[in-house]
Amino acid sequence: MADLAIPAPAPAPALVQAFGRAAGSGWWGPGITILALLLALPVLVVVGFLFVPAGEVWRHLAETVLADYVANSLLLMAGVTLGTLIGGAGTAWLTSMCRFPGRRVFEWALLLPMAIPAYIIAYTYTGLLDFAGPVQTALRAATGWGVADYWFPQVRSLSGAVVMLSLVLYPYVYLLARAAFLGQSLCVLDVSRTLGNGPWRTFFTVALPLARPAIVAGLSLALMETLADYGTVQYFGIATFTTGIFRTWFGLGSASAAAQLSALLLGFVLVLILVERFSRRHARYHHTTQREQLIRRHHLTGPRALAAVGFCLVPVLFGFLIPAGQLTWWAASIARTAYDDAFLTLVLNTLALAVGTALLALLLALLLGYGRRLHPTWTVRTSVDAAGLGYAVPGTVIAIGVLVPFAWLDHGIDAWMQATLGISTGLLLSGTLVALVFAYLVRFLAVALQSVEAGLGKIRPSMDEAGRSLGYRPGEILRRIHIPMLRGSLLTALLLVFVDVLKELPATLVLRPFNFNTLAVRAYELAADERLADCAPAALTIVLAGLLPVILLSRSITRSRDADTA
Amino acid sequence: MPTQLELRHVSVAYGDRPVVAEVSFVLEQGAIGCLLGPSGCGKTTLLRAIAGFEPVSAGEVWLQGRRVSAPGQTLAPEQRRVGMVFQDFALFPHLTVEGNIGFGLRGVSRASRRARVAELLDLVGMADAARRYPHQLSGGMQQRVALARAMAPRPEILLLDEPFSSMDSELREGLAREIRELLKGDGITAVLVTHDQLEAFAMADQIAVIAQGRVHQWDTGFGLYHEPADRFVADFVGQGVLLPGRVVDERRVKIELGRVAGDKPHGLAMGQAVEVLIRPDDMLFDESSARRATVTGRAFRGAEYLYTLRLSSGTEVLCLVPSHHQHALGDDIGVRLQANHLVVFPVGSGPA
Repeated sequence: MADLAIPAPAPAPALVQAFGRAAGSGWWGPGITILALLLALPVLVVVGFLFVPAGEVWRHLAETVLADYVANSLLLMAGVTLGTLIGGAGTAWLTSMCRFPGRRVFEWALLLPMAIPAYIIAYTYTGLLDFAGPVQTALRAATGWGVADYWFPQVRSLSGAVVMLSLVLYPYVYLLARAAFLGQSLCVLDVSRTLGNGPWRTFFTVALPLARPAIVAGLSLALMETLADYGTVQYFGIATFTTGIFRTWFGLGSASAAAQLSALLLGFVLVLILVERFSRRHARYHHTTQREQLIRRHHLTGPRALAAVGFCLVPVLFGFLIPAGQLTWWAASIARTAYDDAFLTLVLNTLALAVGTALLALLLALLLGYGRRLHPTWTVRTSVDAAGLGYAVPGTVIAIGVLVPFAWLDHGIDAWMQATLGISTGLLLSGTLVALVFAYLVRFLAVALQSVEAGLGKIRPSMDEAGRSLGYRPGEILRRIHIPMLRGSLLTALLLVFVDVLKELPATLVLRPFNFNTLAVRAYELAADERLADCAPAALTIVLAGLLPVILLSRSITRSRDADTA
Repeated sequence: MPTQLELRHVSVAYGDRPVVAEVSFVLEQGAIGCLLGPSGCGKTTLLRAIAGFEPVSAGEVWLQGRRVSAPGQTLAPEQRRVGMVFQDFALFPHLTVEGNIGFGLRGVSRASRRARVAELLDLVGMADAARRYPHQLSGGMQQRVALARAMAPRPEILLLDEPFSSMDSELREGLAREIRELLKGDGITAVLVTHDQLEAFAMADQIAVIAQGRVHQWDTGFGLYHEPADRFVADFVGQGVLLPGRVVDERRVKIELGRVAGDKPHGLAMGQAVEVLIRPDDMLFDESSARRATVTGRAFRGAEYLYTLRLSSGTEVLCLVPSHHQHALGDDIGVRLQANHLVVFPVGSGPA
């Protein structure tokens, strides 16, 4: 990431020296444990509700809709599994093991759909394929059919949601499967060939089983996103856990039932986390070589090459080009009126929120990362792991987990102030940006932490020692070696959190202050009013921002091509 | 000559576990010392104690007449003026070759800094690569940059931690000689850590053979090979076998191959049972010799063959001969002992 680096102002020496001194003190262990507990609080609160006796509302839920939530969530997961496996593993194998026209473009283009949040692709295809949309209108014009003369697939359905989610989530599987295919020892594949297996048989009996842990890890990430999705299923009117939690909280007004639903959802997530961790551990053993080797790709020609191009083109076309094109078309069609002061305020609000959160997340990630590097005790390591678990928790669940303790705290303060001073403080924290930013930190800290730790991992202990043997004190080493070496990773961390905050919908919906809107919430509101064209400017802005991390990823893919001359 | 580095009964411990025990030696100005030993023997720990990265649990380290380490008192590495070349080189990936070499030149004017960097680039033959980044360099080039970076601030002593461990074996000896010439040319005092005796022989003036945290012998390479102080050194340095024998007089010992005489008295009692170290180069092929041996193994070494020979008693010895002497396995050949020094250990003087 060194080429991302821009000159940053040197930090105040006093600060750096203080940091150097603090590094040696005994405050890290307890400090980091407290910080981690605080960040784990929302999840702990939700889990805690499992021990609260089930109320009337819960019994009502259990008798009526709970079975639907479970069934719909399972069906969604099954569909997305199928879609992302075929789309992700298939394209990964084609681009890494075969040679066909356009392969190098597809290598990065297949990542593009990651830039589009599921709810935005859902709005776009609804606008495209609805009865009044351009596709059906054109169909009627071409054939002369009337309203009831033909059958057309209904986008706003469970299968529609499966397609939407698969289209934007398959890159998780693609990325990890691709790395696994490229990392496989060629010798193993060659051994299979010398034992008399053809290329296809080798793929199914050797390459695929070797890559399976990586594919499963990618799949569990995609399924976590599926469970966390609120915007798509809400818009399509599918009753799942996330929509159920909203309904229970706002419709039935029951915090405990909403929290208990959340806890149940967390159970599903936990299974996925365990599957992912387990698979990753195996994935490590199965990588037989560190270096990427020269890969002799199967040269596809004629109809086979055409089929490969078609197979890779479908996800890029339907997952990115068509929806992005449609959004651009809409945004352009209302460009004269859409970009007004209100839109500017919206953008500025969102930017301020995302930048602020990203900076805070970076600061926390640095504290936790250095804590683990300098004091790798069991408590510190476990605390840092716990603080990073939020990435798997759906935004809806985090929102409930933040609301409950904040409301409790507010009521406590209010009651105390009324009793002692006779003034009502009202809600101090709930419904403020503090609650919202806290929720974002819980959810996205892991993203920043991962980048920071990856960066720290590159600074070997011997580099610190080399600096000292050349006459530099610890504080100076931080400034002269660590900060310049970390700069790229820190920028990546900022960027990733920034974009995630920009896209986040459910937690923002629940926790935002009254009349405070972000781009995501505004797009959601306009889509809910069936003003799909009007939501395009906000949606398109989110997609453009979402392209930034995709560009980062595709650059790292392009760079890993060094050994790749086949 | 002034003393540059002195270790006085130095011990280092990790917690309760002693790693280095009672090490003493002295290195003169401009000399190159080496800590040689198998992995895990404590040699790197000792080097890190000299650099100031590890505190000593007993004893003292003196650098140019200054006490830098004693129990409870460790001068920080940055205040010692030691240069260190790390096993993984630890080049700063965000700096160019120039930037790396100039990194330790602090409080120097820009001009003299540039001059010193240019001088070192020349010295290590890297002038063409000044603007390149570490990841663009080969292992050998990285190694030279690491050396130049450590030498740049003119340290009082240069410490090298297994500097050739990541090199191909063909490169190693060449580089070791090259670096020795560099250090000698600049009169730099240095301590090298290695597990490879050829590397130690190629670079060092004085070598400490270390095992289990203890120095077994502090000597020149020649001394270690030909006059090992104990069985460990005899076994660890070079090849050879121990043959049983008996003391004949104050200078001579009789073994199966005949009598071996030393140039100094060995100090052992007459008639005592002993073991004598026979190196492969102590044995000669001699067709006219009445002493016969059977070839039981041979390894081609290029210029030489290393033969394993079984003597009539059944004991085996090694024999190094030019490779134009071809003998098949099972051949019966004449041999002769030509040892002009005697390495003898009393039987039961500890494990080999």
